[in-house]
Amino acid sequence: MQRFSAFTLLKRGLSGQRGWQPQWRRAEPRSGYDVVIVGGGGHGLGTAYYLARAHGLTRVAVLEKGWIGGGNTGRNTTIIRSNYLFDESAGLYDHSLKLWETLSQELNYNVMFSPRGVMMLAHTVHDVQVSRRHVHANRANGVDNEWLTPREAQEFCPPLSISDIRYPVLGAALQRRGGTARHDAVAWAYARAADALGVDIIENCEVTGIRLDSHGAVSAVESSRGVIEAQRVGVVAAGNTSAVMKLAGVRLPLESYPLQALVSEPVKPVFPCVVMSNTIHAYISQSDKGELVIGAGTDAYNSYTQRGGLHISSHALEAVCELFPMFRRLRMLRNWGGVVDVTPDRSPIIGKTPVPGLYVNCGWGTGGFKATPGSAHVFAHTIAHGEPHPLNAPFRIERFAEGNLIDEAAAAAVAH
Amino acid sequence: MLLIICPYCGERPELEFAHGGEAHIQRPRDPSQCDAQEWASFLYMRNNTKGVYAERWRHAHGCGKFFNALRDTTTDRFVATYRIGDRP
Repeated sequence: MQRFSAFTLLKRGLSGQRGWQPQWRRAEPRSGYDVVIVGGGGHGLGTAYYLARAHGLTRVAVLEKGWIGGGNTGRNTTIIRSNYLFDESAGLYDHSLKLWETLSQELNYNVMFSPRGVMMLAHTVHDVQVSRRHVHANRANGVDNEWLTPREAQEFCPPLSISDIRYPVLGAALQRRGGTARHDAVAWAYARAADALGVDIIENCEVTGIRLDSHGAVSAVESSRGVIEAQRVGVVAAGNTSAVMKLAGVRLPLESYPLQALVSEPVKPVFPCVVMSNTIHAYISQSDKGELVIGAGTDAYNSYTQRGGLHISSHALEAVCELFPMFRRLRMLRNWGGVVDVTPDRSPIIGKTPVPGLYVNCGWGTGGFKATPGSAHVFAHTIAHGEPHPLNAPFRIERFAEGNLIDEAAAAAVAH
Repeated sequence: MLLIICPYCGERPELEFAHGGEAHIQRPRDPSQCDAQEWASFLYMRNNTKGVYAERWRHAHGCGKFFNALRDTTTDRFVATYRIGDRP
């Protein structure tokens, strides 16, 4: 692997940018692997990396039906935070946030993690009560979160309009360690690091079948590029998880919805942090390119179209214009949708399945990007040991029959 | 925005409707005889079909009635809408 440093950048820059090598090999599928990962997004590539780095499993392939990072990894609004209400979630998401803090150094790749602060607004008395409960719960779990008055919120984010709007800002919860990262770089960084450890990254390879042996355990996957033997298969296919798992006869408590996002034309730095408002439904930050990145909601119905209704994104824009009047004259450059897999309790499923050798990491719903390193890390542990890591044990699939739901409707900070 | 044909009122914009989830999921006849797995299956497990999918809608801002629909989830095109108890 060609290492990146200020010196190599300078050297290549002075020699006309010649001599750079591809960051990962264009691997051909072999006949068999120890582990096959289905899905080449951040979570899948990260899983392959941690399998090789932390568990010494290097006969690993990542199968991606399109190009890596082309699904929800390249479609999200890049927000990172760990201010979840329940102990189980706080543990998992804060594990992830801690990995984000050193990820660029670990992978020798600038993922542009920017802990610029995530501020969640409260507009009603109920919002205030729920947000303050979150602040206290987070602090009890060692996760930073603090309560701001409307004036303090405006000082932290000067463009914010706190009064003379339909739902005035009554306060805000601020997680200073939260922020954003460059989503494509995360996929590329994990791909490059995994490849350097011997992992095969196979693009344009769609899984079309999962073969089971006479004992009902996984023996191989069928793909558009042939049959690949593997005793252990990890499915990390986001919105398409139900379709992939159906190949092995496994039903999951998932529903797939389009979730939309938009970016504006690029402007000079005007927006210092991430602001989220769940009551009037808007979240916004500014990318390093200068575009405002705006998140909209999901459609009401299941769909795999990677589009969504225009009324959903216009609703988000109305809220943004209300909170930040200075953005009313900005034009939007693009809008798009990603297909997200939502569970009944809005918490992910990470663990074993009823089929021996088949593992699943899914159900991240509308907020999986922030969890990429932590999710990949604990999922690799689960596959390598055949048992979950303590952090993802509560997120097992059996919780639905046991009644141990992790009711993080707070993933969207909705009322409990 | 989808245009949806309510079997009672005709074609109306999606904003008049509420989505009611997957159709034809039968509640266990005697819940006290169900084990946890069957109950979880009824409550939570869904086909989440990629393709033609049977779903419920309610004409919430119209006649208020529930009805069923077949829709292709890869194109969002409706194949049919039909009244509860009818066949498509």
